[in-house]
Amino acid sequence: MANVSITVNGKLRTADVEPRLLLVHFLREQLNLTGTHVGCDTSQCGACTVLVDGRSAKSCTIFAVQADGSEVTTIEGLAAGDGQLHPLQDGFWEEHGLQCGYCTPGMIMSAVDLLNNNPSPSEREIREGLDGNFCRCTGYQHIVNAVQHAANKG
Amino acid sequence: MVGQRIKRREDPRLIQGRATYVDDIKIVGMEHVAFARSDIAHGRIRSIDTSAAEAMAGVTAVLTGAQVAEFVGPVPIITPFPSPDHRAVVVDTVRYVGEAVAVVVATDRYIVKDAADAIVVDYDVLPAVVDTEQAMTGQPAQLHADFENNLAIALVPSGTGVSPDGQTVDDTAIDKAFADADVVVSQRMVNHRLAPSAIEPRGTVAHYEPGHDKMTIWSSTQVPHLLRGFIARMNDMGEDQVRAIAPEVGGGFGAKIQAYPEDYVVAGLSKKLGIALKWIEDRSEAFLATTHGRGVIGYIDIAATKAGKVLGMKLRLIADIGAYNTLFTAAIPTFTTLMANATYDIPAIRTTITEVFTNKTPTDAYRGAGRPEATYFVERGLDMLARKLDMDPADVRRRNFIQPDQFPYTTQMGAVYDSGDYTAALDRALQNSGWDKLKVERDQAQAEGRLVGLGLAMYVEVCGLGPSAVLPTGGWEHSQVTIERDGRINATTGASPHGQGNETTFAQMLADQFGVPLDHITIHHGDTAVAKQGIGTFGSRSQAVGGAALHLAGGKVKKKMAKFAASLIEAHEDDLVFENGRISVKGAPDSGKSFAEVASYAYVPVVGGAVQLPDGLEPGLSEEAFFEPSNNTYPFGCHIALLEIDRETGEPTLLRFVAVDDAGNLINPLIVEGQIHGGLAQGIGQAMIEEVRYSEDGQPLTGSFMDYAIPRAADLPRFELDSTVTPTPVNPLGAKGVGEAGTLGSTPCIVSAAVDALSQFGVTHIDMMLRPEKLWQIINGGQS
Ligand code: FES
Ligand code: FES
Repeated sequence: MANVSITVNGKLRTADVEPRLLLVHFLREQLNLTGTHVGCDTSQCGACTVLVDGRSAKSCTIFAVQADGSEVTTIEGLAAGDGQLHPLQDGFWEEHGLQCGYCTPGMIMSAVDLLNNNPSPSEREIREGLDGNFCRCTGYQHIVNAVQHAANKG
Repeated sequence: MVGQRIKRREDPRLIQGRATYVDDIKIVGMEHVAFARSDIAHGRIRSIDTSAAEAMAGVTAVLTGAQVAEFVGPVPIITPFPSPDHRAVVVDTVRYVGEAVAVVVATDRYIVKDAADAIVVDYDVLPAVVDTEQAMTGQPAQLHADFENNLAIALVPSGTGVSPDGQTVDDTAIDKAFADADVVVSQRMVNHRLAPSAIEPRGTVAHYEPGHDKMTIWSSTQVPHLLRGFIARMNDMGEDQVRAIAPEVGGGFGAKIQAYPEDYVVAGLSKKLGIALKWIEDRSEAFLATTHGRGVIGYIDIAATKAGKVLGMKLRLIADIGAYNTLFTAAIPTFTTLMANATYDIPAIRTTITEVFTNKTPTDAYRGAGRPEATYFVERGLDMLARKLDMDPADVRRRNFIQPDQFPYTTQMGAVYDSGDYTAALDRALQNSGWDKLKVERDQAQAEGRLVGLGLAMYVEVCGLGPSAVLPTGGWEHSQVTIERDGRINATTGASPHGQGNETTFAQMLADQFGVPLDHITIHHGDTAVAKQGIGTFGSRSQAVGGAALHLAGGKVKKKMAKFAASLIEAHEDDLVFENGRISVKGAPDSGKSFAEVASYAYVPVVGGAVQLPDGLEPGLSEEAFFEPSNNTYPFGCHIALLEIDRETGEPTLLRFVAVDDAGNLINPLIVEGQIHGGLAQGIGQAMIEEVRYSEDGQPLTGSFMDYAIPRAADLPRFELDSTVTPTPVNPLGAKGVGEAGTLGSTPCIVSAAVDALSQFGVTHIDMMLRPEKLWQIINGGQS
């Protein structure tokens, strides 16, 4: 067992974890933050994407111990907490950027990083920027619209 | 509200990470389940060593197939075809890589996986049956003792001259069509295997409570009510003792209609051990253990005149169904033959179906389920005819269309098409794409040496499944609408959505029916204790069947409510209108009562201290309805693709995709567009980048997302959608269904575009997927 201290959605969380425990399972199983999903076991689908120290990261690819001392933001902590949705959450809702919703938290977290780096991306840049996130439902067009919606507001 | 682009009511929980999928469920004392799976395609189990697994701390139970067979019976199917014994966990012979050979229960998710990995199985390896057509000769092995030459179903004929029971076959008409023809095109085509790949893998939580003798099962399913029935039957319980819940479901695409071996084992073990159990599929397991789709070879022959009029068609299907018949497996190719007429008036058609066992994952429904195969074979065939006759592909279609005044139209295959205007959809697509201009641009590009091609395809699909005569589960759908005493509305539906947005579209319908705000309505689904009856969501039936049931139930309760209102207002019930939250006499909005006042009266029917029930009504406002459709619906459309192939690398790029879809009346066009987009992405995926492959010894070569490519955002163009509207007469909404449409037209029009781009190299057909290597070889003088 190893001791980790990780700030998750602004709150310091300390726990004893197995060294092999994946960050995604730490979030889901130990902290009950089940908004972050698991869609594969080869680091492809991006359903597990969270922000680690402000950058998007696939939480199935990181051990909890590697995140020791980091700040992690999950979909549950994305909105400011004042009852307002984050502009990307709003964009996904307005533009019907989701169907089953399983890819959505990861997709939104990736898009947060995308817009942080490029506040007004072209359609091509959005499509390429979301390369690490799979969606089987939407065909991506409304996801692109959702990111554009947020970019135009930002 | 109906017809408006309303944003979805299910989204707030989904975009904030507050939805509950099956893996998010925790129950006190719950343990975890994992399966050890075969790593060979075909072999007899010599021995299984479970000792290392059993010795691990935290392991509760390890069971082999023989031990599981003591309490889990053979896996049931619902098609009326013969089926070999299929055990949830293999007892003696494994027949595909990924088939479960043992099951483990442990207290922890990581430990249960460790234990499953520690199980050692020793096999007598048998030859793997991989090639479908070779399998039909019984070589290199026979999978099931009673199925000679690996034939699950041998040559079921249908179509012109074949009696409905398939017993008598008269070849006169079909022979004459081919004798009279000026031209015949013939082609073998492969509609290859796919992995459905919902981003949420499957999962099941079962909780048997011994003192109550009751079972609750949460499963990532499209059909909770059917699952309840299967789980009850397999556990010697009644449907009153089992509650099935589809929580939030992360996509299904047909692969979650199944009640799977894992569902039965997890439920059976929960009952046996008296504890709650959870099993969640890994993606690597999903590629092996979740049913695949398609996997059909089609031999098509089309007989036509010089002018492009089709006189006759033969379509011979050979389906690679994998190792077992699962729930619907055997029936899927019958949808292909049913739709062999496509959008055309073809005087003589003969189809046959052969289904073949191979040492691969079983196939079953995948988005479109048999109809994309029909569309692909027929539309590619017509494209070949057009090319042979040097005709515009649109003109060949136009010459053969069933005309609007021919509906309802009974096809040679026995389908009764409800309504259609195929020329209108074709013309709209030609216009939207700028077809004539595109042809010029393509010619110019080709003259410059660029490999640009244009493809066009029509489609018609059969949706709104039932009726009950064709669906062994029953083909109806159920709904209950309750006006609560505060005037709010609770409604249930047996359609169990997993992304389709019924909570929004169904509320839109009720908002209009009752003249109340959308946010006064809640739609419940997916829990058999709440939505009392249902069949489920598949075959694009949610709106056409489930929506119709809701409409009927709403109509019943509205009628009763009008009687209460009439009594309160002292008006005649037929003169009342439900508008703006009030029920009042038509033309006199102030005359009435608020919706909530009337609702309250229906629950406390007391006036001046005395009970006053109009017309001898019972108190309360809650009515249910079953809707049994009189027929299927037949939505249709036209898709056009513009594609360019890189001369140096053979890499194809989809430049444009134009779609015109006619799904009848639309409740929420925004949601409909989303459905079409998703279907298109899966069809384009099949045409261009997705393919399940096996090695010669039956090892899957596409066992993860590293090897099996599903489309990413950058793989797809911006789709150009439009619609025509031809309502159906078979349900009161006029809605036809749209969930699968995108998968139909997309594959043939993309392949036809690729053939168009490469026809200068003498190629007339290319099998999917459009692997760059394959295209490069055509460009460089090799064969396709
Ligand atoms: S779960 Fe698929 S990338 Fe992390
Ligand atoms: S919305 Fe279902 S996977 Fe993206």
